Amino acid sequence: MEPVDLARASFLFLPLVLLGLLVFPGRPVLRLLLAVVAAAIVALVLPLWLPRGILTYLASFSTMAGIYAILSLGLNSQWGLTGHVNFGVAGFFAVGAFTSALFTTKMPEGALAAYSQQAFGLEWPFLAGVLMAGIIAAFVGFLISIPVLRLRTDFLAIATLGIAEVIRFIFQNERWLANGPQPMRGIPRPLDCLFADPACSWLPARVANWLAPLSPRDYVFFYLVVVALIVAVVYLALERIARSPWGRMQRAVRDEENSAAMNGKNVTLRRIESFVVGSFIMGVAGAVYAHYVVSIDYSHFNPLFATFIVWVMLMLGGSGNNKGAILGAFAVWAVWSGAAFVIDMASPALRAISADLPSRGAYLRWMLVAILLGGIVLFRPQGILRERKKVSDFLPKDE
Amino acid sequence: MQKTDDGQHAHKKPPVLEVRDLVKNFGGLRALNRCSLKVAEGTITGLIGPNGAGKTTLFNAITGFFQPDSGRVLTDGQDITSLPPHGVFNRGICRTFQIPREHGTMTVLENLMLVVPDQAGERFWNCWFRPELVHRQEREIRDRAMEVLDFVNLTHLADELAGRLSGGQKKLLELARTLMAEPRLVLLDEPAAGVNRTLMKRLSENIEYLRRERGITFLLIEHDMDLVMRLCDPVIVMSEGRRLMEGHPEEVRNDPHVLEAYLGGQYGAA
Repeated sequence: MEPVDLARASFLFLPLVLLGLLVFPGRPVLRLLLAVVAAAIVALVLPLWLPRGILTYLASFSTMAGIYAILSLGLNSQWGLTGHVNFGVAGFFAVGAFTSALFTTKMPEGALAAYSQQAFGLEWPFLAGVLMAGIIAAFVGFLISIPVLRLRTDFLAIATLGIAEVIRFIFQNERWLANGPQPMRGIPRPLDCLFADPACSWLPARVANWLAPLSPRDYVFFYLVVVALIVAVVYLALERIARSPWGRMQRAVRDEENSAAMNGKNVTLRRIESFVVGSFIMGVAGAVYAHYVVSIDYSHFNPLFATFIVWVMLMLGGSGNNKGAILGAFAVWAVWSGAAFVIDMASPALRAISADLPSRGAYLRWMLVAILLGGIVLFRPQGILRERKKVSDFLPKDE
Repeated sequence: MQKTDDGQHAHKKPPVLEVRDLVKNFGGLRALNRCSLKVAEGTITGLIGPNGAGKTTLFNAITGFFQPDSGRVLTDGQDITSLPPHGVFNRGICRTFQIPREHGTMTVLENLMLVVPDQAGERFWNCWFRPELVHRQEREIRDRAMEVLDFVNLTHLADELAGRLSGGQKKLLELARTLMAEPRLVLLDEPAAGVNRTLMKRLSENIEYLRRERGITFLLIEHDMDLVMRLCDPVIVMSEGRRLMEGHPEEVRNDPHVLEAYLGGQYGAA
């Protein structure tokens, strides 16, 4: 095994352990052991078995799917727990992305300032930016929820869809805020000096040698670890509160608001709470996305790309099930990415039907996702993984 | 023409529930027309009247599901007219619904556990930072819920989804739900509707037991006259959005005005 493959394998290890923990059943200690062994084997086998290019693609695929998993978890805390039909996921995603960008980038100076404008640039570290993204998105969610959560079901959907569009237009038109219609560039990638030559000065020589064969193109392997950790933290935190008396109240409000109110629950506050929690998570997803793609602009946050595909993910995986939210994100992102290859391969056949059909492959992809959604709603409305019957994990397990 | 016998049931301390001149209009329809009544502590007060008399509307106005256009609702002499439903609940008033509104995707046990007010785990940060406290409370609440389930004979269904219960079992669950809150006053909206004779007998025994042993006051809407005559004293008759009369079951049964309200109201107009 060459050093470059070994170094890449070392980055794959942690995400695979986390995946194993999510998938394997059984007692905690046994599960951890199983996950570590399985992850070690897979991490070593994958670089040997797959060509390097494919492995890099797989890593960037998983990174993007992980970002969608965060979004999907955020939506689950709104739709799955409390039944909010939030069609404005893109709005909170955008707020998170631009917030983190503003907090972590450097204010443009000199000649650059003529081309690039932004409200402020604080050069905060990555994690602080992510946290601020969550906080600001949660705050925006709170402000919006006061008027909007008086609405229910499809009316709420229309209102949130509109708000997400308003947010997108603000970022498109307000040049002073985040460079308006032009992209905001140069969003720092956390620890990208690991892959630079020479590597970060504070790095111990042994680690630097270990990483030496890797080039900046391999940065995605490191970012995959970052995304996996953030997905894990969000999943655990959300799972904890969803499976608690708090989650029980949310489910009660979702099932039957009047009865929940007559059981002494403040329905309005509960609804706002879960909306704000979801907004926070979506904001975090935005930040993770911004630092991954480095350059963002308003066009990234359109409803198709950032709202409806997230809905399909959650519906497919299983509304109300946090594992389902993650599973759905990976499954739909696989369909979406795979469709590109399939349409590419099928282009001779498409050309046979009509000369300009291959150039419209992008629309065929969307059609595929739409058909998928229709299929889910018709044949398996509860999704792949069902919601669990018992809500509270704080209930004693004995008896 | 209204027969009043307030003096007969007057207490020195304020009644557990008092409704004063309540008015509620739905468009042109006056559902409650200066309705006034009192419910004395420790009674099982029956509320009867022909369909459309405003009984359920009265319940909705008392429990804060909508604001009356005028008038006041008091409990123990305190004004609760403008309180939202959860505020009314916190004053010790529980209600059940005519059509049971169980939380269908939760188990029977958790339907009951939900009711207990001020649980530490209802603040989500406690679930992260004080799990021990939440664990301990959950165990206590679970034990209490099992006791209540035992009382209404639903123990064998504790882990069943509430949505899968039969109509009668849902009615029992509704009653059990109110018991988790340790209320002072329970408003029951047709507790025996769609319930078979055996279950109904158990239901009325439970209500009587709770009044006797726990001192819970009941106000119940019911169309089953046998049940009302056996269980309730006094009985309040409502017609056309106001109180027509109030008295012992025997008096009500023999009152010509009541007969007229039922027969005249329902069949005379047809």
